[in-house]
Amino acid sequence: MTTALLDDRQVRRIAFGNRLSHWDFKLSPYLYVSPFFILFALTGLFPILYTAYVSVYDWHIIGGQGDFVGLGNFEWVLGQEKFWLALRNSFSIFLLSAIPQVIFALIIAAVLSDNLRAKTFWRMGVLVPYVVAPVAVALIFSNMFGDQYGLINNLLGRIGLDPVGWHSQVVPSHLAIATMVNFRWTGYNALIFLAAMQAIPRDYYEAAMLDGATKLRQFFSITIPSLRPTLIFVIITSTIGGLQIFDEPRMYDQSGQGGASAQWLTITMFIYNQGFGQTGGGQFGHAAAAAWLLFIIIIVVGLINLAATRAIASAGTRNGK
Amino acid sequence: MTVKVSRRTTATVVAGAAVFALVATGCSSNPAEGGEDGDITLTVATFNDFGYTPELFAEYEASHPGITIKHNKAATSDDARANYFTKLGAGSGLADVEAVEIDWFAELLQYSDKLTDLSSDSVDGRWLDWKEAAATDADGKLIAYGTDIGPEAICYRSDLFAAAGLPTDRTEVAALLEGDWDNYFSVGEQFTAASDSAWFDASGAMIQGILNQEEETLESKDGEVIATTNPVVKDAYEQVLAVSPELSAHFTQWSDDWNAGFANGAFATMLCPSWMLGIIEGNAAEVTGWDIANVFPNGGGNWGGSYLTVPAQGAHTEEAKELADWLTAPEQQLTTFVQTGNFPSQLDLQTSEELTSITRPYFNDAPTGQIFSDRATAVTVAPYKSVKYFPVMSTLQDAITRVDVDKTQSADESWKQFEADVAALG
Repeated sequence: MTTALLDDRQVRRIAFGNRLSHWDFKLSPYLYVSPFFILFALTGLFPILYTAYVSVYDWHIIGGQGDFVGLGNFEWVLGQEKFWLALRNSFSIFLLSAIPQVIFALIIAAVLSDNLRAKTFWRMGVLVPYVVAPVAVALIFSNMFGDQYGLINNLLGRIGLDPVGWHSQVVPSHLAIATMVNFRWTGYNALIFLAAMQAIPRDYYEAAMLDGATKLRQFFSITIPSLRPTLIFVIITSTIGGLQIFDEPRMYDQSGQGGASAQWLTITMFIYNQGFGQTGGGQFGHAAAAAWLLFIIIIVVGLINLAATRAIASAGTRNGK
Repeated sequence: MTVKVSRRTTATVVAGAAVFALVATGCSSNPAEGGEDGDITLTVATFNDFGYTPELFAEYEASHPGITIKHNKAATSDDARANYFTKLGAGSGLADVEAVEIDWFAELLQYSDKLTDLSSDSVDGRWLDWKEAAATDADGKLIAYGTDIGPEAICYRSDLFAAAGLPTDRTEVAALLEGDWDNYFSVGEQFTAASDSAWFDASGAMIQGILNQEEETLESKDGEVIATTNPVVKDAYEQVLAVSPELSAHFTQWSDDWNAGFANGAFATMLCPSWMLGIIEGNAAEVTGWDIANVFPNGGGNWGGSYLTVPAQGAHTEEAKELADWLTAPEQQLTTFVQTGNFPSQLDLQTSEELTSITRPYFNDAPTGQIFSDRATAVTVAPYKSVKYFPVMSTLQDAITRVDVDKTQSADESWKQFEADVAALG
């Protein structure tokens, strides 16, 4: 009887130990990643939800929470001409920066992955613009793009062209801002592409060379298809970044209002000006509603990206690469 | 085995808790708190350049044992405003003494209950009337101490004047420009007929100069936005844009082009509040022709100026009030004027020998102390600026810019958009 009891206990103790190691196996991975998610909940999720809460109230920067207004703030934002102009500008600047950026990054990466002398020097060199603070980039570029005394218009004048209204016209101002973005991010993306290119097995190229494929043919038939996942990553990150662009247009002139006819006002600038800027009068409710609209737009664009990604990925497997 | 497992699990839990603890303490630390034995640290927050040097604070610390002063400087008035309003709303985090610019002062005045009442016998009659009146709320509570003001004169390029056959001596120029805005503009027409340079820098500056001489411009005293219906505004708008094609250098104020225009001889005159002198010197260090005339179209005008406030949320409002009092006392304001050119708003200083004897070598040794002292007495009107002043003014400036700088709209089109934009401000 006693021995039976002892056995019973022993069994139970082992069972408890087993259960612990079972929990360890099941739970530990989640605990290891939990700091990220806890921090994300605090700094990401909570603000998003709280912004949604603010967006349905009349809420002033100093006065704080006011009356419940339902969707009134959203209605107000959607009725603002400047909001739509800002949306147009954000998309236009995003397209003008993302597309050339990816193309140039690919070309630079292809050149860098070849056998160059002082390889590391060149590879690190392309990252230098990324290290420069965006505000410093914006200050230098907005000076270069000055309408009357800017370097670029001076050069255009030398070769007999009319000066361009970099600060007065819509498209030139977008081009100028996109140039700043491209200056900063092209090298960064090139390095990501370069890393992916290094991972492509050399055998493919050797086989192609034996078959007599030119460098160009190798690039389009081997390099580009192998880079697909990386391309998708770069496109998605630059979409999110592009729609949230703030520093460069904010620093493009001194007042940060995006020009007299909102030529280069972006959505994030609109949000900032509503909430914190002097022209918006500290209307947090309006700012929060606009922020949520931007959030929804980014999600929609993200979903489109995802769908496109899936289509490309499945097309890739069908090709039997 | 069992022991090992539980230790690892505990470690994870501890790590998680530590992250939480870090986040929690990060929010609650308060650097402005004083020590135990009566030592107090006061923070002073300013922007741009108030001329408050470490030596100035050291002087105060020496005469007030137990007080240490920390100075935070924001780069621009906009940054300072965003910081001030966010933290005033949050109820904590502001400095003990906070600087405020006149343009966003009205917005702040709505929340005067969050600020310390600063009235005291020691500051009675310290300031120019209009400067003090603007810092008094509806209940008669003084919420801010005036620091500087921006009385306006006319700065001009004597070398460009000479080339165009105009007088160059500053008293003769003052006599030439004496009169109303029409006179200033018609002398400009004379000038541009004989010169390649423009007459003035920016149409936006002109309309600001004209409107700063009126009592009610963008808002009526009962709190309505009247910018689009007020004939004063429309007249000023039309007057400026009528002459701008010929007289303006087509710059937006503060733009890179504007900054470059000083040195490139793009324009011959500009409206010159006292704090502009430093900007001219900075932008055109190599140019020798800048001078200053003791005159302003249509009498006097004030552009800009700042205040010091003591937010009620601070832990040491009494000590902070004393410090703000000392900083805005005539002696200290004279020091800062010499330092930066920020012209003092203190009544005693307007006629004091130390101030009026100051000259500025860059401006051909102009007696800037005397000139701005005269210009300050010429200011008779304090324009009424309320909550919507800044956004509406900024919209009006945009309207001018579209016509004068961008040249994307005609004056009529731009005015229509201005009306729509003001209506949209709500």
